[in-house]
Amino acid sequence: MNRIDKLFKEKKTNILSVYFTAGYPNLDSTTVIIKALENAGADMIEIGMPFSDPMADGPVIQHSNEQALKNGMSLKLLFSQLSGIRKEVKIPLLLMGYLNPVIQFGIANFCAECSSVGIDGVILPDLPPQNFVEEYFSIFDKYDLYNILLISPQSSAERIYTIDKISRGFIYMVSSSSVTGTKNDFSEEQVAYFKRVQNMNLDNPCLIGFGISNRETYNKAGKYARGAIIGSAFVKSLGKDDKVIENIGRFIRNIKS
Amino acid sequence: MKYDVDERGYYGEFGGAYIPEMMYPNVKQLEDNYLKILTDQKFIDEFNSLLKNYVGRPSPLYFASRLSLFYKTKILLKREDLNHTGAHKINNTVGQILIAKRLGKSRIIAETGAGQHGVATATVCALMGMKCVVYMGQTDIERQSPNVLRMKMLGAEVIPVISGNKTLKDATNEAIRDWISNPADTHYIIGSVVGPHPYPDLVARLQSVISEEMLYQVKEVSDKINPDYIVACVGGGSNAIGSFYHYLNNEQVKLIAVEAAGKGTESGETAATLVKGRPGVIHGSMTMLMQTEDGQIIEPYSISAGLDYPGIGPIHSYLHKIKRVIFDNVTDDEALEAALRLTRLEGIVPALESAHALAWLGKHKFNNDDVVVVTISGRGDKDMDTYIKYMESPPNPLKGAKWTTHM
Ligand SMILES: Cc1ncc(COP(=O)(O)O)c(C=O)c1O
Repeated sequence: MNRIDKLFKEKKTNILSVYFTAGYPNLDSTTVIIKALENAGADMIEIGMPFSDPMADGPVIQHSNEQALKNGMSLKLLFSQLSGIRKEVKIPLLLMGYLNPVIQFGIANFCAECSSVGIDGVILPDLPPQNFVEEYFSIFDKYDLYNILLISPQSSAERIYTIDKISRGFIYMVSSSSVTGTKNDFSEEQVAYFKRVQNMNLDNPCLIGFGISNRETYNKAGKYARGAIIGSAFVKSLGKDDKVIENIGRFIRNIKS
Repeated sequence: MKYDVDERGYYGEFGGAYIPEMMYPNVKQLEDNYLKILTDQKFIDEFNSLLKNYVGRPSPLYFASRLSLFYKTKILLKREDLNHTGAHKINNTVGQILIAKRLGKSRIIAETGAGQHGVATATVCALMGMKCVVYMGQTDIERQSPNVLRMKMLGAEVIPVISGNKTLKDATNEAIRDWISNPADTHYIIGSVVGPHPYPDLVARLQSVISEEMLYQVKEVSDKINPDYIVACVGGGSNAIGSFYHYLNNEQVKLIAVEAAGKGTESGETAATLVKGRPGVIHGSMTMLMQTEDGQIIEPYSISAGLDYPGIGPIHSYLHKIKRVIFDNVTDDEALEAALRLTRLEGIVPALESAHALAWLGKHKFNNDDVVVVTISGRGDKDMDTYIKYMESPPNPLKGAKWTTHM
């Protein structure tokens, strides 16, 4: 069974998924951060594959992408860093990033590498669902690799049902019309959208992401979806000093307590 | 037409709409409506009337006799530089602002490199009373300052972009981020035949007026019905496709697109996408792209801000692949020399972008009776700083000529 399915089967509420950019703050931070996140109580991890032009990201993740590339991160290196990670880490691991580096790596190659290091899912915001179904689905399926799709407040009900049908694992529910970044609270409009989707009885569970930054937004997201994804706020907390492991512990405790 | 985009939004393997879900509703709305709007008689009348009375179309096709003598062939200049605001960019913005109105949008965003598209957008926003935000790389703000001031005077907010190389690519990223964040009231007027489908097709259709006019102008100013060559510069490729559009099916006409080689295609400082690129995704489109082995986009370089882009419109990637259009490139220095030559021989100061098309004339052997149309995509006012610097140490732009400028 794909570890993502197992997680959603075993844990019903307040699932916490955390995004960070591979190769940031340091080139060899990747596995240190993954292990520290699991130990601190994260339920799932999204490992960012850095890209030169992250068009759906705000300043914090733009900066981490730029720095990671400067540090020398690449997909090839990332896969070699991740080889062996499954000896220690049990929670679902996903790769998140933009389509172009994946295409250049070769889709079949990429899926095979994901499978061999133990990646459970992929999030590629600029891969349209239709292209995924027509061109990539069969190769993803061969490796039991899930492609996680996004919905946004502008998505029509019809569109959301279409996306639900072709989704596996969970749906990434973008909390607001915005690029990634931090916000302190949800507006009434956002809550209305959460409720609208909650009442659609989708086949797949939803996690709310973009703008989740603290305990309040994490808990609130938990009311309307199965949990939340934290990205920018976590990335921002890294790289302040070199006590990476302690800082991660503190960050996760602050969110979950 | 056999070069039309297909129903999935592709030109062969190129094109498509590789966009995040947050952009999908807006792009889909545009896709569902653009052809309906473009073929609606009321739209056509309004667009044509603005092109005629506001932009000043048709733009002249001018027989450049002294330049013709120099290159020993017949050169016709398609004078997009004489349009209101000084470039072809206004053809697109007039059309898109009318579309934005019909889609119920009240706020316009745009990216700009040379500032010509930014000025053209700010202009139509002033005309239609719409809020206008223009993203421009900090590097370009510095090298195209007159256009920045014009945009501000026109009431636009110019937002400096400090990511990446601080040029056109980065300004486009930032405009996309704005659109993701403001989906309800905002229309994004892309400035070239780039971006997700339907933009490349939409912008090509709006710019196709350039070649539509040539269809009757060529025979008025030359003894031929069709030109032998049409030459245009390519950044994203909107003035080029506009110049080629109505001749694509006429295989007798040789179509030449000139990219910016910067300091040379092998110098590491170039914007010659079709020499250095391979297929990849940029700004929502599968197209030829300058990128590293790992798929990271390479920062381009050209002296000309409007050609300083690591991608190219997907239709050009296709026309290149099927060899309907010949792609070549010229360096910064060749472009500067050609700009000064046109200025001294014809009294026309071209934009640095257009100077790339002109410079190609020196790289090809023509017959005396060939009719060569060169699109002067814009005027050089915005490039005066660069030109003045260049003239402080001039080479002789007329070298090789048997006569002087006072002939
Ligand atoms: C005068 C002029 N020509 C050409 C271009 C290049 O754009 P395109 O290739 O879309 O015509 C620009 C872009 O800013 C421009 O200002």
